[in-house]
Amino acid sequence: MKSVVCIKRVPDTETRIRIAGDGTSIETAGVKYVISPYDEFAIEAALRLKEARGEGEVAVVTVGDAAAGEQLRSALAMGADRAVLLKGETTMDGLATARALAAELGAAEADLILFGMKAVDDDQQQVGAMTAELLGLPCVTGVAKFEVQEGGVVCQREIEGGVEEVRAPLPAVVTVTKGEYEPRYPSLKGIMAAKRKPLEEKEAQLGASRIRVRALRYPPERPEGRIVGEGAEAVSELVRLLREEAKAL
Amino acid sequence: MGANVLIVAEQRDGALRRTSREVMTAARGIADALGVEAHALLIGAPGVAGQAAELGRFGADRVKVIEADALGRYHPEGYTDALARALEGEGYAAVFFTASAQGKDLAPRIAARLDVPLATDATGLAVEDGAVVVTRPVYAGKAFAQVVLEATPCLVSLRPNVFPAEENPRAGTVETLEAPASEGAWRLEVRGVAKTAGEKLDVAEAPVVVSGGRGLRGPENWTLLEELCDAIGPRCALGASRAVVDAGWRPHAEQVGQTGKTVAPQLYIAVGISGAIQHLAGMRTAGTIVAINKDPDAPIFKVADYGIVGDAFEVVPRLAAEIRKLRES
Repeated sequence: MKSVVCIKRVPDTETRIRIAGDGTSIETAGVKYVISPYDEFAIEAALRLKEARGEGEVAVVTVGDAAAGEQLRSALAMGADRAVLLKGETTMDGLATARALAAELGAAEADLILFGMKAVDDDQQQVGAMTAELLGLPCVTGVAKFEVQEGGVVCQREIEGGVEEVRAPLPAVVTVTKGEYEPRYPSLKGIMAAKRKPLEEKEAQLGASRIRVRALRYPPERPEGRIVGEGAEAVSELVRLLREEAKAL
Repeated sequence: MGANVLIVAEQRDGALRRTSREVMTAARGIADALGVEAHALLIGAPGVAGQAAELGRFGADRVKVIEADALGRYHPEGYTDALARALEGEGYAAVFFTASAQGKDLAPRIAARLDVPLATDATGLAVEDGAVVVTRPVYAGKAFAQVVLEATPCLVSLRPNVFPAEENPRAGTVETLEAPASEGAWRLEVRGVAKTAGEKLDVAEAPVVVSGGRGLRGPENWTLLEELCDAIGPRCALGASRAVVDAGWRPHAEQVGQTGKTVAPQLYIAVGISGAIQHLAGMRTAGTIVAINKDPDAPIFKVADYGIVGDAFEVVPRLAAEIRKLRES
């Protein structure tokens, strides 16, 4: 059982985003970078699968600049066996990223290709399904839990107001959401071992981005709010304001 | 006349979803700005064509209908094939989706198949010099990007609750297309849906959200929020902070914030939520924000329109009672 997990280096969710001088990108100085949280769920899922079966390989792949090697090392420290860095600059155009990944994964002969459901920077939520389409593989997105059985993967996919069960034959692409796979912390032994695990670097075949960012702006300022009062006595006034002023009730 | 625009309408159990009215209205606006027609694609089980009139009511000049027993429920490959069929022979300027579980699954598949880029979860649309300009949140709403897609059709999914639905009746002429014949080639088997309790609205789509955090002290106290939600009515859904999801008190489907859902309801009531930066990003575009928290210095009060400093266990039951009284009068 060979799994490949595609991950992305993103600013930590604690980050206070500052827009850079060019007006179309963010200030990166002082920003702490991490593996996108959903990608960590995907890594965890792949590691558990390998452990449960007692055999197999977990590879991690990313498209990014040289610094993204740091996130690959973190994934190796969690327990992945090998890593591939496709060097290139990702943009908001997920199709360019998907193309680079498909070029790499086409030759990888993986049984299961996992993605986080979305990267928490651009929030485009598209690279997994695009990569699957380019590779001609079946794909299930937004999966909270899955099981590999009899040549297929049975997925619990989150939809509005419910959970849908979808089965895909292997090889398949699955994008993972939060739920079952709380990621492990790397152990000291894992961190030491990661230094000796293979990390291959290649040029990413990205092609041109066809999404042009004209401007990046801060969210509109909210008008100054007010404290209506303290405790249950304030409720009547709150309801009046919601009804008459905000017209929200 | 230029190329028309299309929306992919969504139905559940044969009924048009509320969010499709919003997408139809937005597409009508773009079509008018471009001076072209707005079309809708309706995919479903035989009989779904009956929903075309409603799409006409919200601005569809033409409704393309694909009916098949196998397409009653969303099937990723079936719907991708059906949409590809609807796009054959007509070069659309733009195709709009709902940024729902379905839209976010379908749009990237068709984007890859057509070899065009996709903008997800738009909160703004405009036409400038004949091009569609999309505004969309990044970093869960800590910033907004204004983008132009440099290919046609321009594929965009629209965030629920942001674009108002307005009636704007057009002909809604039904055009029936043949269903894709590739059913045998579909590899995914969609086995069924386990519905969550009560089949409540999804937090990302509800016009009113009542959200709870650690201030509620334990999962057993969610009855408080459920009562408030019931008092507000069927438009209301429950939300949760990351802290209580991580603690296992509430399911991830309810989580609001950077590793959950980004929401834009008309009314957001945050109870016992201090307001971590990831949470604020996920709800700050709500119409009206109410915060109820014991700590007067909680960051949530900085984004709230109205705040009550106090104990949720005293404030929330009173609020539920007063809203119930208001609705009954």
